[in-house]
Amino acid sequence: MNAIYIIWLRQLKRYLRSKARIIGSLGQPLLFLVALGFGLGPVFQRAGGGNYLDFLAPGIIAMGILFTALFSGVEIIWDRQFGFLKETLVAPVSRLKIMIGRTLGGATVAIMQGVIVFILAFLVGFRPEYLTVGTFMLALVFMFLIAVLFTALGTAIASQLDDMQGFQLIMNFVVMPLFFLSGALFPTEGLPSGIALVVKIDPLSYGVDGLRHALTGAANFGFATDFTVLLIITGALVALGSYLFSKIQI
Amino acid sequence: MNIIEVKNLIKKFDDFKAVDDISFSVKKGEIFAFLGPNGAGKSTTIKMLTTILNPTFGEILLDGKNPSHDALGARKSFGIVFQDPSLDDELTAYENIEFHGVLYGVPREVGRERAEQLLKFVELWDRRNDLVKNFSGGMKRRLEIARGLLHHPKILFLDEPTQGLDPQTRNHIWSYIQNLNKEEGITVFFTTHYMEEADKVAQRVDVIDHGQIVAEGTPEELKAKTNASSLEDAFLSLTGHGLREENASSVDNMRNHSRAWGRR
Repeated sequence: MNAIYIIWLRQLKRYLRSKARIIGSLGQPLLFLVALGFGLGPVFQRAGGGNYLDFLAPGIIAMGILFTALFSGVEIIWDRQFGFLKETLVAPVSRLKIMIGRTLGGATVAIMQGVIVFILAFLVGFRPEYLTVGTFMLALVFMFLIAVLFTALGTAIASQLDDMQGFQLIMNFVVMPLFFLSGALFPTEGLPSGIALVVKIDPLSYGVDGLRHALTGAANFGFATDFTVLLIITGALVALGSYLFSKIQI
Repeated sequence: MNIIEVKNLIKKFDDFKAVDDISFSVKKGEIFAFLGPNGAGKSTTIKMLTTILNPTFGEILLDGKNPSHDALGARKSFGIVFQDPSLDDELTAYENIEFHGVLYGVPREVGRERAEQLLKFVELWDRRNDLVKNFSGGMKRRLEIARGLLHHPKILFLDEPTQGLDPQTRNHIWSYIQNLNKEEGITVFFTTHYMEEADKVAQRVDVIDHGQIVAEGTPEELKAKTNASSLEDAFLSLTGHGLREENASSVDNMRNHSRAWGRR
């Protein structure tokens, strides 16, 4: 228990100490909110979609969580590079506990990032009438699931990579498709069947949908589906991540 | 009684045999030096002994536990100071020590006392709340050693612990380790390129070259066997004068990349 706590605490300290990272990682969500939110807003409105910023903001919050969570997982590569990974791997603590500590740490950091993006969106003008303290709590549950899911995915990927060479690959073939094909930016009804299928396979779609439902009341799959799908995939990825992590050699 | 037992250990990377069928043992309470030129297979052997690399073939027993089958059990028996840096740069010196103490289950009070004692010993107590990234190479090395000595395991692996340290610090640290060995019966397994250090400290020495053990005995025995006046001469006559090449690991490559990117 103590081991999990100290590993979690380390992730948190590292995040809070890297002010540049926190501020830097807010640039992109802000750009998306402003450029797309205001840029596409009028078109979206004319097409009968309603307020685009309300539609977009949950997607951008999910994006903030996705990026932060995945990179927390991928941080293992840095730990390997700077040698710290060895220190944890030879310790008399089961790899599962190390993995749990890391995942919870990464997830906590990602949720904080999500909340900061939420505040940014609020400042930009995201104030849905549906939103109450209760629904915000529900949104936090979805943020947690998204965060754990993608931290575990990042861990699983990172435990297979020796160095940062594969990093660009992850960006272009994992992170970007997950985000762009999740329904974060566009409504998923009435899509061409190929894209619709991809959206259905993308786990982030369910996170975005759950988050959007909790924050604005607009739903596509419904809470039960979102929650169940996220829970199952999260469970599977945590198991996979733990397994691959336990097999790491140096 | 042997606390480390290695039988027919082999490690192959593709076609290259980094460790080529070595067997040796270390007695409980002994200070044992594992010497060899660069690329001889020392660090690969230590990685296998400390459970972070799986052998291709052969058997290891650490305090009766086989790292391949019972990694966690094996990990409970040792502590290690690595050859390469293994500190978290974004944490303070004290936080690095604290992290280690918790992972190794050192009771809080004992941990606090020892942390203070060790940090004072390596003269970093005044800098304990500074981030490690602001430390010099020598300071980091001293901190790694202090951290490695925080818990008192049955076996202590020291992979070139004193490299880059001045003679004062080296002497200082070795007398601490010898004392630990005497008072708590901790078995010490170390590597070094400072032969006079090995001569002075080690009770028994194995020399490894090209992945094979080429000599074994007390420093005196090795000197007598090779007709040399110092362990350094004995070492050179056993392993030859040619320079060795060592392949850069992927980690080294990556470090160079990150330097090129100017990340740290």
